[in-house]
Amino acid sequence: MSNPDDRPSASGTQDRWAKAVPGGGGGTAAPHTSAPRKSAPAAADQLYEKHKTVHNKRIDGPFRRFKWLVMLITLGIYYVTPWLRWDRGPYAPDQAVLIDLANRRFYMFGIEIWPHEFYFVAGLLIMAGIGLFLVTSAVGRAWCGYACPQTVWTDLFQHIDRLIDGDRNARIRLDKAPWTASKLARRLFKWSIYLAIAFATGGAWILYFADAPTLFRDFFTLQAAPVAYGTVAILTATTFALGGFMREQVCIYMCPWPRIQTAMLDEKSLIVTYKDWRGEPRGSLKKAEKNPEAFGDCIDCLQCVAVCPTGIDIREGPQIGCITCALCIDACDRVMKDIGRPRGLIDYATLDDCKAEQAGEAPRPAWKALLHPRTLVYFTIWGSIGLALLFALGTRNRTDLTVSPDRNPPFMLLRDGSVRNAYTLKLRNMEGRPRAMEIALEGLPGAVLWTDTIPQGSAARSQVVEVPADLTQTVRAYVAAPAGTGEQNFTFVLTSQDEQAESDSEETLFTAPGGQ
Amino acid sequence: MANDPNTPNRIDEPTGTEFVGHEWDGIEELNTPLPRWWLWTFYATVVWALAYSVAYPAWPMLSRATEGVLGWTSRGQLMEEMGAADAAHQTVKEQLAAVDIIKWQDNPELMQKAVAGGAAAFKVNCVQCHGSGAAGSAGYPNLNDDDWLWGGDIEAIELTIKHGIRWDGDSQSRTSLMPGFDGIFSDAQVTSLVGHVRSLSGQGESNTTGAQLYADNCLACHGPAGGGDRLQGAPALNDAIWLYGSDAANIRTQILRPRHGVMPGWQDRLDPVTVKMLAAYVHSLGGGEQVPAMAPEPVTEDNVQP
Repeated sequence: MSNPDDRPSASGTQDRWAKAVPGGGGGTAAPHTSAPRKSAPAAADQLYEKHKTVHNKRIDGPFRRFKWLVMLITLGIYYVTPWLRWDRGPYAPDQAVLIDLANRRFYMFGIEIWPHEFYFVAGLLIMAGIGLFLVTSAVGRAWCGYACPQTVWTDLFQHIDRLIDGDRNARIRLDKAPWTASKLARRLFKWSIYLAIAFATGGAWILYFADAPTLFRDFFTLQAAPVAYGTVAILTATTFALGGFMREQVCIYMCPWPRIQTAMLDEKSLIVTYKDWRGEPRGSLKKAEKNPEAFGDCIDCLQCVAVCPTGIDIREGPQIGCITCALCIDACDRVMKDIGRPRGLIDYATLDDCKAEQAGEAPRPAWKALLHPRTLVYFTIWGSIGLALLFALGTRNRTDLTVSPDRNPPFMLLRDGSVRNAYTLKLRNMEGRPRAMEIALEGLPGAVLWTDTIPQGSAARSQVVEVPADLTQTVRAYVAAPAGTGEQNFTFVLTSQDEQAESDSEETLFTAPGGQ
Repeated sequence: MANDPNTPNRIDEPTGTEFVGHEWDGIEELNTPLPRWWLWTFYATVVWALAYSVAYPAWPMLSRATEGVLGWTSRGQLMEEMGAADAAHQTVKEQLAAVDIIKWQDNPELMQKAVAGGAAAFKVNCVQCHGSGAAGSAGYPNLNDDDWLWGGDIEAIELTIKHGIRWDGDSQSRTSLMPGFDGIFSDAQVTSLVGHVRSLSGQGESNTTGAQLYADNCLACHGPAGGGDRLQGAPALNDAIWLYGSDAANIRTQILRPRHGVMPGWQDRLDPVTVKMLAAYVHSLGGGEQVPAMAPEPVTEDNVQP
């Protein structure tokens, strides 16, 4: 460690950045993973990298507490949401958030989405995507560090480890211990808790897709649909494996997001970084006391490594394994406090901040980091989509008409010589109550209208049809125009016969002999 | 990775990983090992592929591929799915069989299923003559319009489908034979008669010779005003719909050498429920008539009038 070649120069961080961030101007383009670093390349014929279990140490501090809070909120939302009720009247379910796949409806509190309005969901997904960009440009990999389900559940499982097997050292000891009956019992006990959490995770998921209380009861009385059991089984298995065992492997090897994110980081991105110009050269407290001039602030206590949930050494510079959960900041700050040195040897900072700090300039207030153009552009796009969605939501029509003319045969001669066309009308009543709707003809002089339920004897310019609550009614409409009527366009007008008097219309073609 | 132990690969400084030795435009590949579980996953897929090729048809042989120990075939799967579909339809068919066809209209849901089933059967059995849109063609009646030779209520349609028209294979098949007047009428007489017949539907002026010939020879079946007679299957001559065409030449041909279309009876080839579903479908096409009990009335009126 005290090898002078190993000491980063004043511009060391810069060089490292350039190497770790693609497009940063450095030599090596690909970001590398943390795991193979410094490992002996001796076994060239070794086909795999051995998995080293991460036994991260307990730590307390502001970031740890913030992580607790985020975990509480995210898990709370996940488990409570399906149980919230929302009164929608007698014709619609009363679950606040419900993805009703069977009936193809999506309910979210006061909003009901039909399949043809899926652009609202698509819009939300686009907002979520751009939201990730926005968060990344503003606060770096905050999603990875705090809110990603993989992070939250990994954190949860690591707490279980701590609870059952003790803290880092005890766990390492137990890991190395031979498989005795007591170790096996302990492991089985722990895995059964894993399994219970995994089951609760998978079990909560399906409650979003059906009436939660009913499904809950049916599930345990073995009356639920097979797909419910299948879904729970799959999600239980994945949670058990990904949260209980794969953990940081998911972030490092499976997840595409870290790779995308490295492309989005620049000198203005907030990252968790080790201030090497302050810390290096590192040396133990004892050595440093003897020779204070030769050593930096880092006393090489390895606490930052011990608490890391992905098992990396942040002092090696930014890397894909770092999810910026900031637990190393908590650990380092505590040590710095204990030895009486200023906090923030490892800290949230942008690369520009680091450069300024290194040059001895006054630190910039954190909120200023938010105000760089990229963040504002992302925010503008994100906000515009949100406003557009809200506007569309506020002005959408709950009555809808689609018309498809019969093409075979395009027209039909009737006994009296008049010409008949047939149309399939879809009347959408998106309100949660049955509504009478009037179908009327606009244009096409002399034409009359009847339907599959209203006989030709009652043919008229307009007909009233009852449309059930929250459903699409398909109506076969027959339009007959007097002999001699030429081919022309006309319009079907649909008007709801209630105080809303919502209206929708569609122009279509009346085909007649001699046309075209 | 044929590494010569004597010349170890170069090491990438920042990562400490060795190079594989491949280079593309200055970009070099590092020999970064995968995690062990990934390797196992790879082995598992290899095992899966081998097991799959044993269990299912896979290896091409001289005449055909290996059959696979599970005995799966795509044809077998199709048969299974068709069987399942038939079984799924069985309940609906039983329901339809249990309810009288006239009562179907009181049950919109049942009617909808019957029409859907009829539409499917129509595409297999009827489109060859009546066309995929049931619009027919010269000699093959259009089933969408409101003109019916033998009646357009759902029961009458069922009867027609069941026994056919002029169908030798069914003794209950109804027949109507328009006699041919070739050699009986002179050329001028036929021309006059054609003129009168066309006038019945508002096409041109009538004439006394034609009217007299009509009264003597045609009125008995086609009615005084050309209204036709559904009991005999005599077509109405006073409407806009002509099975063989409304122009003078076609009407002349039909008087001199009438063509007699044949509709097969289907009761031997289709089960009764399918026949009923076909009737429901044809009835639903837009020209279907209401209330079977009332349908014969105007016909008898027409018949009695002369």
